[in-house]
Amino acid sequence: MDNTTRYQRLLERYQNGDLDRRSFLGLIGAAGLAYGVQTPFARYANAQEVTQVRFDGWGGIVSEAFREHAFAPYTAATGIEVVDGTFGGGDEYLARVRTSQPGEYNIAHLSGVFDYARYHNLGLSVELNEANIPNLQLCIPALSDAFRAISGGSLSCVPYDYGTTGIAYNRAYISDEEAQAQGAGLLINPDYTGKIGGWADWRTRIWYGALQTGQDPNNITDIEAVWDAVRQHRDLALRYWTSGAELMSLMAEEEIHVTEAWSGRIFALQEQGHDIGYIDPPNGFGWQECLFVIAGSPMEACEELLNFMLEPATSIAVAEGQNYPPALDPTQVDLGDKIPTLPAFDPTGTLSGLTFANPDYWNGNEQEWSETFSRVQRGY
Amino acid sequence: MSIEAREARQPWILLSPTLTVITLLLIVPVLFIVVYSFWLRTSVGDVQPGFYLDNWADTLTDRFYRDILLTTLRIAAITTVVCALMGYPAAYFIARAKSNKALLLLLLMLPFWISYIIRTMSWIYILGTNGALNTALQWLGITAEPIQMLYNETTVILGLVHFLLPFMVLNVYVSLDGVDETLEDAAGSLGATKWQSFLQVTLPLSLPGLAAGSLLCFVLGAGTYITPAVLGGPRDAMFANLVYEAIIIQLNWPLGAALSLLLLAVLGALVMIYNHFLGLGQLMKGLG
Repeated sequence: MDNTTRYQRLLERYQNGDLDRRSFLGLIGAAGLAYGVQTPFARYANAQEVTQVRFDGWGGIVSEAFREHAFAPYTAATGIEVVDGTFGGGDEYLARVRTSQPGEYNIAHLSGVFDYARYHNLGLSVELNEANIPNLQLCIPALSDAFRAISGGSLSCVPYDYGTTGIAYNRAYISDEEAQAQGAGLLINPDYTGKIGGWADWRTRIWYGALQTGQDPNNITDIEAVWDAVRQHRDLALRYWTSGAELMSLMAEEEIHVTEAWSGRIFALQEQGHDIGYIDPPNGFGWQECLFVIAGSPMEACEELLNFMLEPATSIAVAEGQNYPPALDPTQVDLGDKIPTLPAFDPTGTLSGLTFANPDYWNGNEQEWSETFSRVQRGY
Repeated sequence: MSIEAREARQPWILLSPTLTVITLLLIVPVLFIVVYSFWLRTSVGDVQPGFYLDNWADTLTDRFYRDILLTTLRIAAITTVVCALMGYPAAYFIARAKSNKALLLLLLMLPFWISYIIRTMSWIYILGTNGALNTALQWLGITAEPIQMLYNETTVILGLVHFLLPFMVLNVYVSLDGVDETLEDAAGSLGATKWQSFLQVTLPLSLPGLAAGSLLCFVLGAGTYITPAVLGGPRDAMFANLVYEAIIIQLNWPLGAALSLLLLAVLGALVMIYNHFLGLGQLMKGLG
């Protein structure tokens, strides 16, 4: 039986009610992962049994969603261990991929179109056969188009979800009205000195610096003004957080009262009962995540995995777990009750209300800006 | 082959597995780093092989790197002094304990059983706004509002002291344990007070251990990356953090290689100076 037939039969069993959702997601998700982590050597060792599979993601509630809806039931059903790799950021993961053997890393839950561009520019991309991924047709076209523009029309990934890096604030200290009125300026309000946080990511710092100085983040004309805004924020901030888990901890423990934040993480805090508000200021930082296939991976198997992961039942379950809207087009797919309530959700499927980073622009300035930020952060 | 020749070869034969491992896992990687330091980063984050001095020119002349290096050395020095001041009495107490010495040494080793990262992060739950210390202070009525204690240079030094103190205590303990206690009695019989006998007899004899502990604390402290990353504020960074940023964030492996070699050279020079004046033998005793 080929893999497609096997997935189709599983899907039929699930749709017929013969299989509960957890088992269904676990079985097919992990089966796909097993293909995703095959090395080229596996082709020559067909008799070798797969004992471990690997998938790299963002950890925290995102990984929890994958584990709950795919990995754990799979391991229980098959006995195959899923190596649930995590990374704290795209930069760190890229360093790991670059030092690995081809095929060691296969599929990664990457963030940002500029990450896609970096991987592509470093020769780490592949050309997916989209005919093997029919569910790609269900995705918001604008998300795929952003990737196609970089890799000459082909894709090395499928879009998977999207979100924003907006502003989160503790309502016990900052009202919704104040947050709306000040927007990005809230992050450099001296009234909150020592209670301001920020992501230790040069792109985000510069993006918000642009907003604070009234500039278009994708066309900054006065970079010195932006650096001054970054310095101002630095001097008021208590801490630059480095992971989603730390962001949630800082906000939940009231170590900080206001910060930029990832929409899904703040939704998770709100679900836990924390009275935290979240706004996307005008030109707020929109981003999308994708499932990127890294050069050296077994293509056909990966494409089948991607097709399964984009199956609405799977995609919606993961999106509900990680609190980021899926890449599925809401005009084509019924996304259920929860997803329309998530921050950044666009019911039109056009994403026209979000501002994404222009990868050419940001990657073109990456070297200079990342090095300068390192200095500015330390007081220069 | 003569007996003399065979005997001369024997140490090398016995050492060969160790030398092979050291060569493959230490010397060869360092040589790779040396080579990398002369390459350049391309615009897309790849490397351009060649022989370029740009990274070394930046590393050696840029005020930014010099300042962070000096900050790193200053933090390491403060940490070392604090460790010495706190570690010496603890080591003295253990060395002079009449009973339960083994238990005390076990307690000293206990922190090593817990991950360094976990130990460092524990301070967040002690010093945080809603942490144990603030909760206690407010419960006792000493403060009305939480005091902001985290994410500054002081907490970085605190985390380093927490990490390095056992190294200092162990080294001083080894030294004090070797001091003949009858020497203090002899000093007393000659009219010295306890304080005088400590200052003029015990302390000088234990100085090699104190120096070895100080060297270890300083070198380990200066090379740390985790503590400022976990407990520092936006500005707080040590030199190893710059190496991390160059390699991981900026994908500038050649510059990261040059920076790491500079740190290696500075700390290596300190070890050489120590070895010149005191010898590494005492250090080995402490580590053993």
